[in-house]
Amino acid sequence: MFKYYFSLALRSLRRNVVLTMLMIAAIGVGIGASMTTLTVFRAMDADPIPHKSGQLYAVQIDNWGPADHSMDTGDKLEDQIDYVDAMALMHAHAGARQIAAYLTGFALTPANPELKPFKVDARATFTDFFSMFEVPFEYGAPWGSGDDDARAPVIVITHELNDKLFGGANSVGRTINLDNEDYRIIGVMAPWNPMPRFYDLTSSDFEKTAPVFLPFTRAIDRHLLSWGNTSCSKASEEGWEGLLNSNCVWIQFWAELPSAAAVEEYRRWLKNYAEEQRLSGRFQWPAYTKLHDVRAWLTYEHVVSDETRILVLVSFSFLLVCVLNAMGLMLAKFMGRSADIGVRRALGANKRAILAQCLIEAGVVGLAGGLLGVVLTVLGLLGLRSVLSEQILELTHLDPSGVCIALALAIAATMIAGLYPTWRAAQVVPAWQLKAQ
Amino acid sequence: MEVLPILSAMRRNKVGAILVAVQMAATLAILSNALFIIQQHLALSSRPSGIDEANLFAISNQWVGTPPDESALLQTDLAALRALPGVIDAYATNSYPLTNSGWGDGADLKPDQTKSSTHMARYFGDEHTLNTLGVKLLAGRNFTAAEVVDRMYNDQAAPTALIISRAMADSMFPHGDALGKSIYTSGNKAQTSPIVGIVERLQSPWVSGSSWAAGWVENTAIEPYHYLAKSFCYLVRTQPGQLENVLLLSQQKLFEIHRARVLDKVQTLTEARQEVYRDDRGLALILAVVCAVLLAITAFGIVGLTSYWVAQRRRQIGIRRALGATRGAVVRYFQTENLMIAATGAVVGIVLAITLNLWMVSSFQLERLHNSYAVGGAVIVLLLGQLAVLWPALRAASIPPALATRSV
Repeated sequence: MFKYYFSLALRSLRRNVVLTMLMIAAIGVGIGASMTTLTVFRAMDADPIPHKSGQLYAVQIDNWGPADHSMDTGDKLEDQIDYVDAMALMHAHAGARQIAAYLTGFALTPANPELKPFKVDARATFTDFFSMFEVPFEYGAPWGSGDDDARAPVIVITHELNDKLFGGANSVGRTINLDNEDYRIIGVMAPWNPMPRFYDLTSSDFEKTAPVFLPFTRAIDRHLLSWGNTSCSKASEEGWEGLLNSNCVWIQFWAELPSAAAVEEYRRWLKNYAEEQRLSGRFQWPAYTKLHDVRAWLTYEHVVSDETRILVLVSFSFLLVCVLNAMGLMLAKFMGRSADIGVRRALGANKRAILAQCLIEAGVVGLAGGLLGVVLTVLGLLGLRSVLSEQILELTHLDPSGVCIALALAIAATMIAGLYPTWRAAQVVPAWQLKAQ
Repeated sequence: MEVLPILSAMRRNKVGAILVAVQMAATLAILSNALFIIQQHLALSSRPSGIDEANLFAISNQWVGTPPDESALLQTDLAALRALPGVIDAYATNSYPLTNSGWGDGADLKPDQTKSSTHMARYFGDEHTLNTLGVKLLAGRNFTAAEVVDRMYNDQAAPTALIISRAMADSMFPHGDALGKSIYTSGNKAQTSPIVGIVERLQSPWVSGSSWAAGWVENTAIEPYHYLAKSFCYLVRTQPGQLENVLLLSQQKLFEIHRARVLDKVQTLTEARQEVYRDDRGLALILAVVCAVLLAITAFGIVGLTSYWVAQRRRQIGIRRALGATRGAVVRYFQTENLMIAATGAVVGIVLAITLNLWMVSSFQLERLHNSYAVGGAVIVLLLGQLAVLWPALRAASIPPALATRSV
């Protein structure tokens, strides 16, 4: 039966090519626009570490008090913590694992004197960074906690930097020159670029992994300033020690908390820590701390920009107009066939058969519109090349799931649009139509 | 006119008419909001920075390690840059406009304020800064060479002089008497800094609509410092037409002076503007495309439906023609019909547009829709309807009166 209705649908669609084309174009353009923006949205809204995002928590502590707060966030909390708190939290080992980290950088002088020095970003952190965030290794391994304690000049480099400096060979044990000091390579990462870069959203959300990782303690030893954001609520003492003892926030802090119980316990511990700070006189305000897991953190940091949300909203409203459009056209089309339907009804087809026939016709239009929509989405994403930043572009491509969503959305939208016209078609009174003939 | 017969004809095809009206209403709602957002973002991205962007470029300088005499090296660099042919002037700084990156701070009138009087961006510069940027000094004086001192990252002394933007002056001293006054900046509650000069306009680096500086983007202060840091920037202003040339020449020169450095980000201020406003312009462009396609889809939908109605009423139209209606009357009939539908749609659409906008205002950082956009959208939708209906209406008018005499 389906096959018969399908061939009927094709025949009917061929009968009024202009109306059919208009319907397909309307659905196709609507799907194209909404899928283009949805693809960008899905890329920005992606979970960068799906199987673990519920166990990794960003830590916030109110170390400024309610009077001073940045205008960034509505909750009077900064998204980074100061050095004093970072060290206290590291030493307490209150979570299963925890790391403090900040972005800094070097001038890297290549061994080949012909080559000019170049700038490299570097992330200063602790050994547990690699296990917490499941960083894959190509050669070697992360540094150990002994290196953290020894403030050792060791580094882990990315696959990309290893390619650039050593042509992809195993470079473990070799040294590179960072600002006139030799650092020994202890590990080389396999390609790893979680997007959004959830563990540091303070500057750009879609930045690649810093090419160099070094022990936090070493970076502090070498007075390496943060290359990310530093915010202070009041002036600090002069010099490096002044910065370390200040309330300037410039360090990201993450804890791995594998179970709900661990989260609860850590939450309590953190609150207690802030309370102790109040009792010791460092904080003059009630303890105020927060934990966010990865997904909540991405939302908190507004990783998906308002612009993207507005675009998704506008494009889906646009799809709605397209569906209304197709609905009007379909109504015209089905009503124009009242005579045919009357004949079919008179020859014994029941209402249900007419319903099925018309809905399948709508489905065929939806499928064709969906296919056109997929093509237009690909074109739309190409068109975005000139306006999106490179990092986001790399993430936006139409994958098979996107194609499925597009087709399903198109068929569903068209069938919904077809419901009323179909119902009207089924109401055709055979006798009346036959009489009019 | 013939409103009543049209109404009664429409009553026989309620759903079709309602569909068109709803579609036009939705089109209007989307169109007016999209045009409004486009206008907002284009306005945002075309604000002047206050500096001579066309003839300026910036070089980000990063030392390899710490050179033996940073201070002297900086002076040598600057002297060399200023001496290059085609260069008007140059200076070194921590940050510059259109970069979304820099130093911000509160500024206070009294040392014991819990809340800052206003916020400002802090630019470091010297006596060459005003000339390099091409900003206009409205009142007061430039820095003197003697005022300019070296500054390290975490130095806490208050600046000994400030040149501030007029917006900053106005926000702290609304009576226009900022010049010569002293203010507290950079968290230093012990020392004040005197305002020695006021420039007409100098934008802060954070220009995006949603940045933390959105409320005080025009507030800036120049402080008389040479910034001794691992990374800082040189800004160079060239004679018109010399930019590309000097850009290459200056990099060669800097490497000649001292090789162990990285010139990381070399960009003209024109490029900086494009880069910093890319998202705004991108959004405007995408929305414009969506608007155009939306109008086309709605127009074609009207053409399609009206054509169908015309086809359905061929016989009636023939009868009307036979009874003496002119072609013009037939065309007018369909135009009036569309106008009535579109007007209904426009009224609903204006309400819908405002509702949509109110909802977006509550969810996003967006301004309230100006009424003119809703009205403008309504006019566009009405015109679009008239235009779209013209072709089917003309087709209807060409139906011969003889049709009435034929049996179907």
